[in-house]
Amino acid sequence: MVVSCIMPRWLAHCVVVLAFAALIGLAFARVDSTWNWQGVWAYRAKFLQGFCVTLVVSLSALVVSTLVGGLAAVMLGSRSTLLEAAGRVYVEVIRGTPLLVQLLIGFYVVASAVGLENRYVVGVLVLALFSGAYMAEIFRGGMAAIPQTQRDAARAIGLTPWQSLRLVILPQAVRHVLPAVAGQFVSLVKDSSLLSVIAVSEFTLAAQEVNSFTYSTLESYLPLAVGYLLITLPLSSLSRLLERRFKYEA
Amino acid sequence: MRLQIDGLVQRFGTATVLDGVDLSTPDVEALVFVGPSGGGKSTLLRILAGLDVPVAGSVAFEGERLPREESALRAYRRTVGTVFQSYNLFPHLSGLDNLLLPLVHVHGLTEAEARERVRGPLERFQLAEHIHKRPAELSGGQKQRVAILRALVVQPRRLFLDEPTSALDPEMTAEVLQMIGELKSTGTQFVLVTHEVGFARRVADEVAFIGDGRVLAHGTPGEVIDRCPVPRVHGFFQRILAES
Repeated sequence: MVVSCIMPRWLAHCVVVLAFAALIGLAFARVDSTWNWQGVWAYRAKFLQGFCVTLVVSLSALVVSTLVGGLAAVMLGSRSTLLEAAGRVYVEVIRGTPLLVQLLIGFYVVASAVGLENRYVVGVLVLALFSGAYMAEIFRGGMAAIPQTQRDAARAIGLTPWQSLRLVILPQAVRHVLPAVAGQFVSLVKDSSLLSVIAVSEFTLAAQEVNSFTYSTLESYLPLAVGYLLITLPLSSLSRLLERRFKYEA
Repeated sequence: MRLQIDGLVQRFGTATVLDGVDLSTPDVEALVFVGPSGGGKSTLLRILAGLDVPVAGSVAFEGERLPREESALRAYRRTVGTVFQSYNLFPHLSGLDNLLLPLVHVHGLTEAEARERVRGPLERFQLAEHIHKRPAELSGGQKQRVAILRALVVQPRRLFLDEPTSALDPEMTAEVLQMIGELKSTGTQFVLVTHEVGFARRVADEVAFIGDGRVLAHGTPGEVIDRCPVPRVHGFFQRILAES
């Protein structure tokens, strides 16, 4: 306890990471396996290509899902019962069904019906719609957390509803939703691994293929863990940075 | 200002908060509403400030009726200033940015013009030193004085102050009351809801006693506070003045 109080944060992080790595290493050492890194190394280009696809697909879906989530949050808060119902049904249906099923229906039924053939575009859209449902609830909660007195003050000085949203409500709501949004982004990146079922050659599919070529399961999937961390850790850091920027006491 | 209120009714759900308010004042600068909690003072003030629309009845300042329709009400709100009991400063902005926001975004001043506009008042009310802090770093009295300034710097026709000292300790209350007293001496018109009877007596040109959703008495401070013939009103002030 005393040590943790005086230890710098970066050092504390290093200690914990090393301890964790040592534990995992011990566990691996007990499993009597011979490593076949050479076999897997031969497919490094495939890994890299898969990693890039995952990165691009995730970031695209991340942007689209923020827009979708924002739109759905507005619908959820709408005075029109029809819009509100549409938003509610969207959120509940998407959150209540597996992404796997959504991808299969989205690609083989909906996209086929409208003549959309690019599986990458379909993948990004389905992923964005999936994540957008969660974002909508996060945004709605963030807006609801702003007290009525703030809206009163905004009206009292003569702001229009749009100005009130832009200058008063959103800047405060951002601070409330940042941690949850960051968590949702991280989930989205990992959920993109399911795009392999519609044959999007992303990172997880690359690992699956390498595994089937080399029969070296651990060597094929360990780089996967490291690769996802390379995407999700910067997202978490960015979120913490933004949290500090938006920090103020209510 | 001359205020004319006729048959004002306000209900929230099944609760009738204002039950036929009638009031006609002479041309006064400072109008003060006093009365028991839950009597409808704040509800009345919110309607006068254009924040709420009554169920029935009408309000007119200088013979000009308040609109009922939101965009016209917004235009009206831009010509007046409102101060709330809980300050309602924007917590994500510094005190200064709280002052600049309405000037820049509602009244169309440039940032430089707005800064110029607030400089004098900040000096005058000794707030220049703290104005770069966020609201959370200010004392309650400072927060309320910044909130009053935010309402004031847009040069409103009149101010509405809703129990501006109810959330403050006695020292900060004195600080805020002094500021309101100064406004009075420079001819700013205002309608004030307060529990500070002593201050009401000193600052008001006209006092209206609001209780049970009606105006139970109105007139000069002396007429209402010291020698009101209405037993309900007389008793109220007797109890309060006996305690202080």
